Amino acid sequence: MSVLALKTGEVDTSHGPILYLEDVSVSFDGFKALNKLSLYIDAGELRCLIGPNGAGKTTLMDVITGKTRPDSGTVFFGQNIDLLQMDEPAIAQAGICRKFQKPSVFENLSVFENLELALATDKGVWITLFARLNGAQRQRIEQVLETIGLTEHRSRLAGILSHGQKQWLEIGMLLMQEPKVMLVDEPVAGMTHQEVERTAQLLLSLQGERSIVVVEHDMEFVRSIADHVTVLHEGSVLTEGSMDEVQNDPRVIQVYLGD
Amino acid sequence: MIANLFKNDKAMAFVLVILAVINLVVPLCNLIFAPGSPLYFSAYTVSLLGKYMTFALLGMSLDLVWGYCGILALGHGAFFALGGYAMGMYLMRQIGSRGVYGDPLLPDFMVFLDWKELPWYWYGFDQFWFSALMVLLVPGVLAFVFGWLAFRSRVTGVYLSIITQALTYALMLAFFRNEMGFGGNNGLTDFKEILGFNIQSDSVRACLLMASGMILILALLISRSIINSKLGRVVTAIRDQEMRVRFLGYRVEIFKLWIFVFAAMLAGIAGALYVPQVGIINPSEFSPLNSLEIVIWVAIGGRGTLYGAVVGAVLVNYTKSLLTGWIPEIWLFFLGAAFILVTVLLPDGVLGLWRRRLQEQKQ
Repeated sequence: MSVLALKTGEVDTSHGPILYLEDVSVSFDGFKALNKLSLYIDAGELRCLIGPNGAGKTTLMDVITGKTRPDSGTVFFGQNIDLLQMDEPAIAQAGICRKFQKPSVFENLSVFENLELALATDKGVWITLFARLNGAQRQRIEQVLETIGLTEHRSRLAGILSHGQKQWLEIGMLLMQEPKVMLVDEPVAGMTHQEVERTAQLLLSLQGERSIVVVEHDMEFVRSIADHVTVLHEGSVLTEGSMDEVQNDPRVIQVYLGD
Repeated sequence: MIANLFKNDKAMAFVLVILAVINLVVPLCNLIFAPGSPLYFSAYTVSLLGKYMTFALLGMSLDLVWGYCGILALGHGAFFALGGYAMGMYLMRQIGSRGVYGDPLLPDFMVFLDWKELPWYWYGFDQFWFSALMVLLVPGVLAFVFGWLAFRSRVTGVYLSIITQALTYALMLAFFRNEMGFGGNNGLTDFKEILGFNIQSDSVRACLLMASGMILILALLISRSIINSKLGRVVTAIRDQEMRVRFLGYRVEIFKLWIFVFAAMLAGIAGALYVPQVGIINPSEFSPLNSLEIVIWVAIGGRGTLYGAVVGAVLVNYTKSLLTGWIPEIWLFFLGAAFILVTVLLPDGVLGLWRRRLQEQKQ
């Protein structure tokens, strides 16, 4: 596919990676949250990011989604879209969606309405005022409700869902945005064992059509979903590889167990 | 379609019916029955109710911004006052040569200040349509400029509240100055006519009450349909999880701006209806205390319901009318105490308490 054939705004992944982060540095009051970090995420892959507290995992997501501006470095979406020139809504509209560490759903709206707001469509203010769901859009919401297993809870307020259900609803909200990249921050924190398993199945079923980046502390969970793991330490990439390779890397052991 | 708006909101329908009845019965009884008849409502009652209707509209407009979008605007009275001034300028131009100094063009206070010409910004206000347009446009444009700067820079919470207070305070100081050309601390008064009718007459007062009530009902219907639309859900979502909304791809600042400007225009209309019924507009309407009072009406009635603001505005102002006639000094203490009590004990306001009762009875 030649670059000329691309529609404007369409992401060019002809070289493989969908996210390019190169030499990204962020510091807060002298503390280097990210230190010349370079990372590539391939189109369609499921990547897990692990690392001890303060390794820069959440800051990395903040940089990709436009919440934090890096001091230096480049961040590209495909080969053609410079994310550092865009703000949060523009990045979300381009197809990079994010689940927060703390479940962030709209507690005073129903499950259905939560998904409706996330729906990929024109999000201008006048269009939103007169927006009505069409058949295809309703169907898409039903589909996502099915995927995240909340069909029978569709009319309940999101605020009364259990912790695990809120996490799934937020993942559903990401799906409604038809993302090309899903950034998922600690999806199983605070979940029961069964819920963790269901979440693993859910994420595995979503893999392929889109790239998924998961930040997680739960090593068992990471082992169950990831074929490719990146370890962050002190704001840069320590090592990458399969879970087994990573776990047997002496540097990783040292970082996790302390010197 | 209208029935659809209240499917789950019987209280709103109830409030609307009460408003409709009051606004038909009171003015008609005032006109039809003679004083002394048990069905007669005095001119005083008519204009008092008319004033309450405009306060209810003002409170409801703040509820859109505060109750639904979570922006605690403490300068909302400024938009009310600006709408009032636009109407006041129209009424001043209607006086014509009947003023004390008899100048056909210049209002009395300008003659008194020895001004020779009408300032350019008074042009057009002899026309009702132009003045009506300004009632919407002046508050709307101010809200747009202020909101654009504040929301784009992501000023939120208590900082935003403080700068809205500063805004209305600055306007108050400006309008106090004679050089501004809005009558200084005396403001605009001595109105004679509105649309060619005697503004003091019973029939005009009755019409003003009806107009205020009808516009309030219409504004409630429109606001309810906005809140029931997807835009309404986005606005509520911004109140609860602003960051999440932004990461869903909505430009949060534009949505805040839209609802802020809409509410400012409603407040402007309320001000424009208020001025002919009380017969004066002066800079004290910009006082920060007035804007705080609006917040208290909404809090006491119950925010995030629209009708709660209507009930709160009427309830507080009725109490104010009673108390200030009885022991004037106590009013501010009473208001402060009521606000603290409601905040601590009734976070959903008086109507929230009533709703809870109803639910308990059902169970």
